[in-house]
Amino acid sequence: MIKKFFIKKISFWLLSVAAFLFFVPTLDFAQDYGDAIVVASIADARNLIPILASDSASAEICGLLFNGLVKFDKDINLIGDLAESWEVRGDGLVIVFHLRKDVFWHDGHPFTARDVEFTYQKLIDPKVKTPYSGDFEQIRSLEVIDEYTVKVVYKEPFAPGLASWGMPIMPRHILEKEDLNTSRFSRNPIGLGPYRFKTWKSQEKIELVANPNYFEKKPYIERYIYRIIPDESTVFLELQAQGLDFVGLTPLQYKRQTDTPFFRKHFRKYRLSGTSFTYLGYNLNNPKFQDVRIRQALNYAVDKQEIVDMVLLGYGRVITGPYLADSWAYNKEVKPVPYDPKKAKELLRQAGVFNSNGDGWLEKDGKRFSFTIITNQGNEERLKVAQIIQRRLADIGIEVKIKVVEWSVFLTEYIDKRNFEAVLLGWSLPREPDNFDIWHSSKTDEGEFNFISYKNPEVDRLLEEARRTFDLEKRRQCYHRIHEIIYQQQPYMFLYSPDSLVALHNRFKGVEPAPIGITYNFINWWVPKRLQRYATIQP
Amino acid sequence: MRRIFGLVPLFLGITAISFLVVKLTPGKPVILQYALNPKVSLEQIRRLEKLEGLDQPLHIQYLNWLSNILRFNFGYSLADGRPVKEKILERLPITLGINLASLVLIILIAIPLGVKAALKAGGLFDNFTTVILFILFAAPSFWLALLLMQLFCIQLNLLPISGITSLDFEYFTLPQKIIDILRHLFLPVLVSALGGITGLSRYMRANMLEVLNQPYMLACRARGLPERVVIYKHALRNAILPIVTILGLSLPGLLGGSVIFESIFAIPGLGRLFFEAAMMRDINVIMAEVVLVSILTMLGNFLADIAYIYVDPRIRFNSKA
Repeated sequence: MIKKFFIKKISFWLLSVAAFLFFVPTLDFAQDYGDAIVVASIADARNLIPILASDSASAEICGLLFNGLVKFDKDINLIGDLAESWEVRGDGLVIVFHLRKDVFWHDGHPFTARDVEFTYQKLIDPKVKTPYSGDFEQIRSLEVIDEYTVKVVYKEPFAPGLASWGMPIMPRHILEKEDLNTSRFSRNPIGLGPYRFKTWKSQEKIELVANPNYFEKKPYIERYIYRIIPDESTVFLELQAQGLDFVGLTPLQYKRQTDTPFFRKHFRKYRLSGTSFTYLGYNLNNPKFQDVRIRQALNYAVDKQEIVDMVLLGYGRVITGPYLADSWAYNKEVKPVPYDPKKAKELLRQAGVFNSNGDGWLEKDGKRFSFTIITNQGNEERLKVAQIIQRRLADIGIEVKIKVVEWSVFLTEYIDKRNFEAVLLGWSLPREPDNFDIWHSSKTDEGEFNFISYKNPEVDRLLEEARRTFDLEKRRQCYHRIHEIIYQQQPYMFLYSPDSLVALHNRFKGVEPAPIGITYNFINWWVPKRLQRYATIQP
Repeated sequence: MRRIFGLVPLFLGITAISFLVVKLTPGKPVILQYALNPKVSLEQIRRLEKLEGLDQPLHIQYLNWLSNILRFNFGYSLADGRPVKEKILERLPITLGINLASLVLIILIAIPLGVKAALKAGGLFDNFTTVILFILFAAPSFWLALLLMQLFCIQLNLLPISGITSLDFEYFTLPQKIIDILRHLFLPVLVSALGGITGLSRYMRANMLEVLNQPYMLACRARGLPERVVIYKHALRNAILPIVTILGLSLPGLLGGSVIFESIFAIPGLGRLFFEAAMMRDINVIMAEVVLVSILTMLGNFLADIAYIYVDPRIRFNSKA
């Protein structure tokens, strides 16, 4: 009896040990260090000095080498990064940042408030070739209170200024005596982020290695290899040879070309919400588009879901306003109008646009109502969108012509000079929603970004108010109202926000998709030892 | 000697016209870099242009550039602020290496192929190579490259797809490193040589045929010379003359590189550097290329002329003539 009990007990123990051996590792109990992630970019980085980095490749690398004072969390809310906390004082005129005390540069030098001051001074130095000075010119003074406290005083309350402190901070002790425009630092940077710079072979690859002293924790993945492969077909071939681990896909690749047993075995695909949107903008100085009913009618006449289904194979979202669809600024109450050509014709008739001579095309004041959509060369997606709009508007009797123009001519001769009727273009959607430069009536001069010349006093007032208050609830109300007005006024026909589609090799564990994407917790990604593919210096 | 002096105004003309053409192309470098970025205002763009010296009148910009060039200063790239000389030098070895390797391959294959085809013109070998060569000549090189990649790298899994070294290169031993580079360069060299082989071997065949039909061939044979001597000493030497011109003209091509397969094979060569510079209106890099290519073209012609003297004793440059 006792013996039996004993055996039972033993076998129970054995079982639980077995269970422990077999199941626990799959519960991410022991994350392994090592391996590499190989990503590809069509263009090489240009400059790894963060305040001079203007291209997306440089920005991506700088993001792993450097940190800012603040960052966005997985739900697109602003949180501290190098700053432990901050206070907004004096009705928003003053921001005081309290910095982390446990941060060191890759060369071991401690990070302090002096580095923040130095970065600010370089940003506003007219001799430094930085394009990012705009947000920092709103600052009246920056004061170092002690080694770990910085006081920033603005000329007037400027809420987007807070997010602008996501600007990576540069090391004063290294760059103090250098001319940033020609410094060797641009190809040999020293940061304080999760990865350290290792090598850069022009047009070939950039390699980073994990920073064992990163203040959050050491990243599990040891090497970050950024390969430059300019040809899209080669990128896809490399993916098929498992030579790349993390690659963006086109809708066609996502839906069809990666729908094979090989891909299902070796890769996971993610469909993430988009960070840009495509629109049709009307030149509001043109009498054809000054009647709001005409713009609303055009909105009813075009089926946006059809565009998403045909051009993006369904991998996009119909949007109604100029904000990130998953962020707090986006007004979910504003619903897209249905596709309704009848309603469109009715609105046009009210606005005096109807068929008066029986030829099937609509006229206004006896002249045929027709206009030209311009878009830039080299973007097949936009051309297809333009053609669908052309077809749908022809259905209700509006003649549309399409003109495709080379990019630099497009910018300098058409956009900057306001020399267009309607333009098909996109904006990227920053995480900080302030879009003053695009919608405020003071930004309509040549070379400025309100090139459709939209002027609405209420929107102007709301944009200014949203800039002045740090109260998130108030800002939310402002942007929600702007969203509502702009959708009702239709200066743009809002079309869609394309999803970002990516393939990731399935040996990577710890990936958790969130509204902001999947790379936000990159330092938590890891690869089990037995699946690792690349050599590392680690034993 | 006189010819060498004649090259100076030619060089000035080439650079002045190129400078003007680049400047007249719409789109300014700074604007293209920060296009439609709401965070970059017009004032900032003007300020950046001023820092680059792009606000000066055209002729001043050209003269500034020229005076720098005469001191072998190619200036800085507008894209990343690095010296143009450095950017070119770091890519020169790989482009030069691939082009030389493919040139050697072309000569080694194309000349015997052309000669053999010409000797038995209309025969089975001639007809067979004609068909194959025309197919290869007509096939676009990027498409051929992709097919070869699909075959060798994915289906057979023999060769790496792109780049010039493996990602674990630094952990390899020396022989492994050499093999690794050779494996990476095999397809690019092959593909870049194919076009040249098809063209050159046809030239060679045509030239050879022409020479073989000359009366002196009959004379040679009549003198009882062995066939080998007739073909390789008398016929080949004459037939190869136009090939020397072609090789001379291909000298600038050695540095040109090709955007297409440098992109497909992800090779960091000069072709891509200059292509991207043209897209960015990165004037200093573009002009550096113009200088390089024009000097090489002039040099190539010059060398071809000189080579003629040695290959063909009838040609003599006489300063009195």
